[in-house]
Amino acid sequence: MSEPAIQQPATTPPQPKKPSNLWMENFKNFYKKLRKNKAAMIGGFLILFFIIVAILGPFLTPHDPDTPDVVNKLQPPSAEHWFGTDHHGRDIFTRIIHGMSITLYVGFFSVILGATFGVLIGIVSGYYGGRTDSFLMRCMDVLLAFPGILLALAIVSVLGGSLRNVIIAVAIFSIPVFARIVRGSTLAVKKLEYVDAIKALGASDIRIIFKHILPNVTSPLIVQATLSIATAVLTAAGLSFLGLGAKPPTPEWGAMLSEGRNYLYSAPHVAFFPGIAIVLVVLAFNILGDGLRDALDPKMKK
Amino acid sequence: MQKELLKVTDLKQHFPIKGGVFGRTVNHVKAVDGVSFTIYEGETVSIVGESGCGKSTTGRSILRLDEPTSGQVEFDGKDLLAFSKRQMRKNRKDMQVIFQDPYASLNPRQTVRQILKEAMTIQNAVPKEKQDERVIELMETVGLGKHQIDRYPHEFSGGQRQRIGIARALSVDPQIIICDEAVSALDVSIQAQVINLLKKLQREFNLTYLFISHDLGVVRHISDRIIVMYLGKIVEIADKKSLFSNPQHPYTKSLLSAIPSVNPDQKRERIILTGDVPSPIDPPTGCRFHTRCPFATERCATETPELRTSDYMKDGHQAACHYIEEIESGLHQVKQ
Repeated sequence: MSEPAIQQPATTPPQPKKPSNLWMENFKNFYKKLRKNKAAMIGGFLILFFIIVAILGPFLTPHDPDTPDVVNKLQPPSAEHWFGTDHHGRDIFTRIIHGMSITLYVGFFSVILGATFGVLIGIVSGYYGGRTDSFLMRCMDVLLAFPGILLALAIVSVLGGSLRNVIIAVAIFSIPVFARIVRGSTLAVKKLEYVDAIKALGASDIRIIFKHILPNVTSPLIVQATLSIATAVLTAAGLSFLGLGAKPPTPEWGAMLSEGRNYLYSAPHVAFFPGIAIVLVVLAFNILGDGLRDALDPKMKK
Repeated sequence: MQKELLKVTDLKQHFPIKGGVFGRTVNHVKAVDGVSFTIYEGETVSIVGESGCGKSTTGRSILRLDEPTSGQVEFDGKDLLAFSKRQMRKNRKDMQVIFQDPYASLNPRQTVRQILKEAMTIQNAVPKEKQDERVIELMETVGLGKHQIDRYPHEFSGGQRQRIGIARALSVDPQIIICDEAVSALDVSIQAQVINLLKKLQREFNLTYLFISHDLGVVRHISDRIIVMYLGKIVEIADKKSLFSNPQHPYTKSLLSAIPSVNPDQKRERIILTGDVPSPIDPPTGCRFHTRCPFATERCATETPELRTSDYMKDGHQAACHYIEEIESGLHQVKQ
């Protein structure tokens, strides 16, 4: 009829409970849920692998990424040149490995930059409401009205093409996304009674925002950041492809793709491998982002 | 003569309703519409009324958690509404609040120690090196164990969380605590514990309570004086004894007649109200209760009754009805 009583040694003395760590506990729970999502785990491990490659790779590659070797130009993949060589005879595999750090650097930095501003705008907007909110959100709407790549393109053409400006451009176009998400969560959190309680204690707005609201809006933020990195990588590659980003001979994937375009018939591998590299990185971040969303969303709890 | 601690005069809280293309203010929800009362040091005053009558809003307005539309709130002789935000923050030390929902009123990411220490730090109530000691002392005061100091809110039960909320309110040594439905979310046995705790604390620290509740049983147990609100206005103020034994306003009568009697032989006249509470956006003219009042006449629909007292009513008992004497003497009968 009934299930057997919970098997617990009834004689355990009431042990002084160790101060439990909420963060560790949350992380464990979260990891448990994430582990069930195979795609997300694959995405996560791929990213980990990419990061290791970006750091250690350049020391292990046999060729120099920038030295031309015209005798061996446009070689197909071989044991010597795994991914073949480009029109200057440079080893594509080496260049992709060296380009990894550039791609990740652009992705992470632009998102960190964009998220910082986006979070500030969103939290101020949501917390203060009223006119401040209307003004900031209309500004965000203006930014959102442009298609992402077009906005980035405009910004880079104003600032001039360089990797730094690509980062700035991508950061700017990811601001509104963060601002909106954080504003929404802030609106929800600020209605909770503990915010009122701390206000009744006389806490300053700064304290309320940073100590009580910000920590409670982080989960949607993490998800959005992961997904934004994928977009950032793609946009940065797009800009470089159009010649507005990294300057040759920097082994930037978008730029490599652009160079390979001219030999698409005679030597497709020149464009193929950088393309695949971009796809893999973007895909990895996207599936990790989706998995994180499922794992962090309390409504998905089973 | 007792000292006046909190004096509220003609407090109004109207919330704008935005509408239209440019978010114009199209109307107002008149949540609290001209409420005046005084609370003396050391007493417990309750505000009762049904949902949406503005009792919680009154509490929040007094604390300036929502900025009131107009009126005056004097605390200990200081005009609270005249303070700038910064001055107000300093003065919040004296007035604390305990909320209804023990699950939402504590930050899930802070331990008890952090919650209480933060409260002390904000108001500089206790020097840094003595804070830990004080935290433990407070926890013992509200009936929590020392060993629970580093636990997070989710590790506590509802009643225990409410105790943490009480400890947080006490941590800055307030003079008045506003209990906004402080026990409504707890089950009955825990309610009794928390109420007894509140009473004990009142004796120990000479606290004054403004107790906001819809539960007449709880109110009867804890209060000295009771304020009955209906649709943003006070309909009756009286000390506990007069109110329960001799309610004057028809609304109070019907409210009290809804309490089940313990004695089955005792016949009581049950006044059953029909209809819903009218909308506070567009409240009825005259007496706000006239749409549902069994005694209402045409005069009630046009003239707004003020709070007043009559010869036979004792100890500052006041009600806002045109016909208190007639109803009392039986001259004014319920319309059939």
